Amino acid sequence: MTTDAAFLQIRDIVKDFDGHTAVDRVSIDIAKGEIFALLGSSGCGKSTLLRMLAGFETPTSGSIVLDGRDLAGLLPYERPLNMMFQSYALFPHLTVADNIAFGLKRDGLPSAEIAARVEAMLKLVQLEKFARRKPHQLSGGQQQRVALARSLAKKPQLLLLDEPLGALDKKLREETRVELVGIIDEVGVTCVMVTHDQEEAMTMASRIAVMSEGRLMQVGRPEEIYETPANRFVADFVGNVNLMEGTLVKDEVDHVLVRCADCTQYVGHGITGTEGMAVAVAIRPEKISIARDVPLACTAGGEFNRVRGRVKESSYFGSFTVYHLALDSGAVLKISASNTERHRQSALEPGDTAWASWSPTAQVVLTS
Amino acid sequence: MRRAREPGNRRSWAVIGTPYVWLLLFFLLPFLIVLKISVSEMDIASVKDLVTLQNGRLDLNLRFGNYLTLVTDDLYFSTYFSSLKYAAVTTLLCLVLGYPFAYFMARARPTIQPALLMLVMLPFWTSFLLRVYAWKGLLTEHGWAANFIGATGIDSLLLHAGLIPGKGQLMNTPFSLVLGMTYTYLPFMILPLYSNLSKMDLRLLEAASDLGATAWVAFWKITVPLSKAGIIAGAMLVFIPSVGEYVIPELLGGPETQMIGRTLWDEFFSNNDWPMASAVAVTMVLLVIVPLAFFNKYQAEVAEASR
Repeated sequence: MTTDAAFLQIRDIVKDFDGHTAVDRVSIDIAKGEIFALLGSSGCGKSTLLRMLAGFETPTSGSIVLDGRDLAGLLPYERPLNMMFQSYALFPHLTVADNIAFGLKRDGLPSAEIAARVEAMLKLVQLEKFARRKPHQLSGGQQQRVALARSLAKKPQLLLLDEPLGALDKKLREETRVELVGIIDEVGVTCVMVTHDQEEAMTMASRIAVMSEGRLMQVGRPEEIYETPANRFVADFVGNVNLMEGTLVKDEVDHVLVRCADCTQYVGHGITGTEGMAVAVAIRPEKISIARDVPLACTAGGEFNRVRGRVKESSYFGSFTVYHLALDSGAVLKISASNTERHRQSALEPGDTAWASWSPTAQVVLTS
Repeated sequence: MRRAREPGNRRSWAVIGTPYVWLLLFFLLPFLIVLKISVSEMDIASVKDLVTLQNGRLDLNLRFGNYLTLVTDDLYFSTYFSSLKYAAVTTLLCLVLGYPFAYFMARARPTIQPALLMLVMLPFWTSFLLRVYAWKGLLTEHGWAANFIGATGIDSLLLHAGLIPGKGQLMNTPFSLVLGMTYTYLPFMILPLYSNLSKMDLRLLEAASDLGATAWVAFWKITVPLSKAGIIAGAMLVFIPSVGEYVIPELLGGPETQMIGRTLWDEFFSNNDWPMASAVAVTMVLLVIVPLAFFNKYQAEVAEASR
């Protein structure tokens, strides 16, 4: 075993189901103590990948090595990892304490030790008072904590979370998220979670893998995924984005120019590409300013990074407002403006003509 | 509370009420009549009235002698016991045979499940009486089943267990009785078990496996406890009619397998002692109602728990 080998190594994993490839050559290295999120829409293969880690599915090819030990051929109950199931899969006929003790009893620990461990777990998730209750007598949030306690009771080397907050309502989800990360950090367990909720992935995970159609689209820290998406799919899937198709007309070391239908984009960083190639420029809505007046040209000597359009729609969200600006080409630009003042002097109304502008550092040029 | 006055609610009461009226007319009322007969005196050919009004004197005549006879006469005790015994053995055999069957049926591919279910219900297409008669033919000397049992040496096993009096003598023995009862009642065990097992959340088994349980342990710790309601429902559906079974013991049973149904028949039609027969019947109903009450209590608890 080499010293720099990652704690969990997923190598060229492929899973075929009757001719349909659910997971296609996925390789990921996960470090000890990380909370790693697999993000994607349903059917992207993230759950299949998680189930292969747990041992419920057998990879068609590829290997999974956990702490230097190949997991191939190990049955689910032989693997040193535990899973918190989507909507928890708590045993309905057992009490909270017995649910938590279930795994410990399978290990044949002495009953005093089991009792102590269950006690500690109940304390960890603050459910001491509910030890004798049945799962159906608990609220959704409490059930979630029982599920977490049950999956942590055996001190697994790796914790798998399948849509950990998916069964909770929105308000509770935010509280529980903080609590969950707190507990995971306290225990210090390495974590792989599956979610379709990008907010969940961004706020909980140290790194995210975006998956689509069984393939990895990008792996990176949340801000990398958001600010420097690797391709059109990731840019579009994570957060809101305006994608403008165009042609690379000038390729310099420190900047590039992309001619789009409505304007020419001056992008303040170099890219790997050749002049004349088709690219897409991605700009997040919150990185665009909107105003009635013509904005100052952002760079001398050119009409860059600004467009004029007609406000088609404005949606007020409280802390921000989203404008849909119809451009001459027919494209619609989404712009998110912070409502920093209580009474806006000149709020834009649908039908108004307005200018949108952005800085040369706002965009990302996507070549794939 | 307020909703009770709405017309829609009155209609729903009619729907709920109809079967109750039916049961009142065709179960409770006849049962009360039987109960009344069981404590009445017998004339030469008819049952005396309980309450008589003569010369301005109201007489209430209750005779509990029949119930005393039931307790004191060994014959009744032993037939009750034998009924309960054969019903219990039948229930157990149905469970042992039916559980694995229902389990694998519930876990079979969804596309073939309706076909398997159909096969379980197929025997109902033929009259129950005919099917029991058919066993007579199968089990007599040189019948197919008898030949098979003889050829495989199962009969020496049965002989050893004391279930048949001699090699080749399969009919009218405890063996033929239990075989017939188990055969007849097996679907009543399988169907509730299947319906219970097919509803089970299979992720619970994955969770058990994830927590270190082998398939065997997960079966005993998760599947079996969660199918308790199905086991109880199936057991009741088999046990209750088995206790009072008359046709199968009559056709397949023998002298040593006297069951309460037979006694009931004898009291009614051979001895013509209606009060005694009624007492036997009332006691049998009570014997059956007690486990049923436990079952209902359990069901109510389960219903409460799953709310």
